[in-house]
Amino acid sequence: MTVETGLLTSQSKLRTSTALLGAIVLALLLAAPFFLYPIFLMSVLCFALFACAFNLLIGYVGLLSFGHATFFGGAAYITAHAVKVWGWEPLSGILLGATGAAILGVFVGFLAIRRQGIYFAMITLALGQMFAFICLQVPFTHGEDGIQGVPRGHLLGLLDLNHPLPMYYVTLAIFLAGFFAIWRIVNSPFGNILKAIRENEKRAVSLGYRVDRYKLGAFVMSAALAGLAGGTKAIVFQFATLTDVQWQMSGEVILMTLLGGIGTLIGPVVGAGLVIALQNYLAASDFPVTVLIGIIFVICVLLFRRGIAGEVMELLKRKAPQ
Amino acid sequence: MVNSQPILSATGLSMEFRGFLAVKDVTLSVNEGTVHALIGPNGAGKTTVFNLLTKFLTPTRGRIMFRGADITRLKPAEVARLGLVRSFQISAVFPHLSVRDNLRVALQRPSNLATQFWRSSNVLSKVDDQAMSLIDAVGLSRYEHLPAVELSYGRKRALEIATTLALDPTVLLLDEPMAGMGHEDIGRISELIRRIAKQRTVLMVEHNLNVVADLCDRVTVLARGEILADGAYDVVSADPRVREAYMGTEHE
Repeated sequence: MTVETGLLTSQSKLRTSTALLGAIVLALLLAAPFFLYPIFLMSVLCFALFACAFNLLIGYVGLLSFGHATFFGGAAYITAHAVKVWGWEPLSGILLGATGAAILGVFVGFLAIRRQGIYFAMITLALGQMFAFICLQVPFTHGEDGIQGVPRGHLLGLLDLNHPLPMYYVTLAIFLAGFFAIWRIVNSPFGNILKAIRENEKRAVSLGYRVDRYKLGAFVMSAALAGLAGGTKAIVFQFATLTDVQWQMSGEVILMTLLGGIGTLIGPVVGAGLVIALQNYLAASDFPVTVLIGIIFVICVLLFRRGIAGEVMELLKRKAPQ
Repeated sequence: MVNSQPILSATGLSMEFRGFLAVKDVTLSVNEGTVHALIGPNGAGKTTVFNLLTKFLTPTRGRIMFRGADITRLKPAEVARLGLVRSFQISAVFPHLSVRDNLRVALQRPSNLATQFWRSSNVLSKVDDQAMSLIDAVGLSRYEHLPAVELSYGRKRALEIATTLALDPTVLLLDEPMAGMGHEDIGRISELIRRIAKQRTVLMVEHNLNVVADLCDRVTVLARGEILADGAYDVVSADPRVREAYMGTEHE
């Protein structure tokens, strides 16, 4: 009995401290553009959302996708085209990008979820390469040039996004909406089944779950959210290029998620922040960025297997009961 | 006590793995309301038969009928939905979910609470009463919040039986429910199976012959993929071929 009540109070304590921490983080995010370069912050937010979407799949269903650039970059192209060529309003352009990514997710997911482990990763990689090749060939993506000079326009025809501050707050709002969606999915009845499938797929089948449908559902959700990130990126940077759909981008998001901590909500955000910060601040120096990121990656894999956020949380958990 | 109506039956079941015939022409019928044991020496094909009956494997030849319907070509999840639910030889729990959450997972689908991704998982407290009564039934109430991985072996098996029961199955297939258990646990799980069997049919693979003698109405002996004997325990255990199959493997 005492153990149980102790557990309950520690849970409610945890809840209040999480709420407090959330409020502090939100205040920092709101104040951030006054201290840091807004373009850098927006870049972090877009990639953080991309990594969170990727983590929904690997962290909560146990599926390693090696082709997530398809959804990120595919959405970037769709959004860029809709806004530049069709003259769409930016938010609906972004939403169209996310919808396009979801449809791509249905196709890729349908083919890939029939296999597990390394085979799943290989199929997603192969389909991702095919998609990158299509993007190189079809006319609307403009091949090597990509779609350049996408106008930021006015959000819902009202808010001028050509100024950095409104653009930052819109990006932040989209990030928070995406992050909330992932948090909701993970902590929903559906999320509970996803975790069960990750834990023991055969048992889930023997309890009558058609696990393929759950996996496909999660795959499409992850693709749509990755598309949300990609579409937003196209508006923020005003271009969509082949870089966004190539396998290096799929690799980068894996790296971010691993560094930050798989299966933690905040881990991918930390990982994305770290990788983008390194790329930005080292871009001007002579030191090759990829070498340094490689070294950090090796150190992380050797020292903190759970990723940065994973290790910190484990440390707090170990401290908490005393 | 013994109802003679077969609820689950297999006819001419064979399973070939790349030229190796693991199960040869097995014909088996499980009568409604009975506890039926499948026994036999190691490698006799008992688990393969289980996998065939629950569709985790598709038979090379043969037919499986459940409650009058042909289920030979169904998928495992479909079979489970029809009320033919299995446990596994290696404890099948969701290791990092708590005991209560293990039960919740089992109860979610029957309660239509499995696909909502937009609602808080707090709605799952709806099934908690049911979960708690099942946890109580297997004597795990004290461990409700413990992750399943931290339970002792016997308690993991008890949890697995509880999650299997959560689906309210018509037929339970238990693959070695007592394997690796201590004396005390065996008594508790036997008692539990006896209670379950009052309303349901149980088919179990079991090595512990005392348990089989004590619990089961009917025994089927499998050796080298074939049925050797079938009948009441006293009759089957007196059969010289059965004795030889068991002893023979030790002397070979």
